[in-house]
Amino acid sequence: MPIQYYLFLSLALFSIGIMGTLMRRNAIVIFMCIELMLNAVNLLLVAFSKMNNDPGAQIFVFFIMVVAAAEVAVGLAIIVMMYRKVHSVDINILNRLKH
Amino acid sequence: MSAYEALFWFLTVMAISCALGVILSRNPVSSVLFLIATFFAISGHYILMNAQFLAIVNIIVYAGAIMVLFLFVIMLMNLNADTEPQKNKLVQIAGVVSGGILFLVILSALKSSTANTLEQTATDIGLIKNLGKTLFTKFVLPFEISSVLFLSAMIGAVVLGKKGESHNGQN
Repeated sequence: MPIQYYLFLSLALFSIGIMGTLMRRNAIVIFMCIELMLNAVNLLLVAFSKMNNDPGAQIFVFFIMVVAAAEVAVGLAIIVMMYRKVHSVDINILNRLKH
Repeated sequence: MSAYEALFWFLTVMAISCALGVILSRNPVSSVLFLIATFFAISGHYILMNAQFLAIVNIIVYAGAIMVLFLFVIMLMNLNADTEPQKNKLVQIAGVVSGGILFLVILSALKSSTANTLEQTATDIGLIKNLGKTLFTKFVLPFEISSVLFLSAMIGAVVLGKKGESHNGQN
């Protein structure tokens, strides 16, 4: 497989993630689109790791997964806290940060 | 078309169509399920590229842990209704156009790059043995720092979760 195919696949996934982030109003769906973008980058890193025979890129993917897990834990805690306060996860209501 | 290519195209179509399902479905629960399908397709790509360890970790961590966390939060908040308010059409079209423009710009920038083919030869850099050796020799300091990151994320999540509770109690 030419490396371009993987480039274009991960680029398409990344663009879909960006579109979802800009289109949706549900904070949890926006969060999931961010996960989608992170996975697109992971896929590209693994393809380059295969191309260059370098395990460093795969370790980097591993660290991205670590950071994503930590991010999800904190982010979902914040969303749950906001939901307790304003009873909605609509970002048009959550745009103030302070009440 | 060899079986390898057929698998590649099948996984590619599955990944992209399920990713479109994530952003187009109205129900957050079906968004989560589409995202899990996307992660399985990406794991299939990892296996095609001889990254078996990452494929398994991707399934266990992403599809197994993170997505279950998302599902729990959605179920706890009772969001599995189709009554989500939509952004107005203009904002949606602007989002699609800006994402599409980014796609086209990077696509045209990368189209003329030199073709470099991934061989189908079996490499063993994706096996646990080699990755573990690299992780614990060359990358041991980032590995230890990531444990601190996890600890702080854990404490942060607990603190955030408890704070809202006591705040509600005061009210």
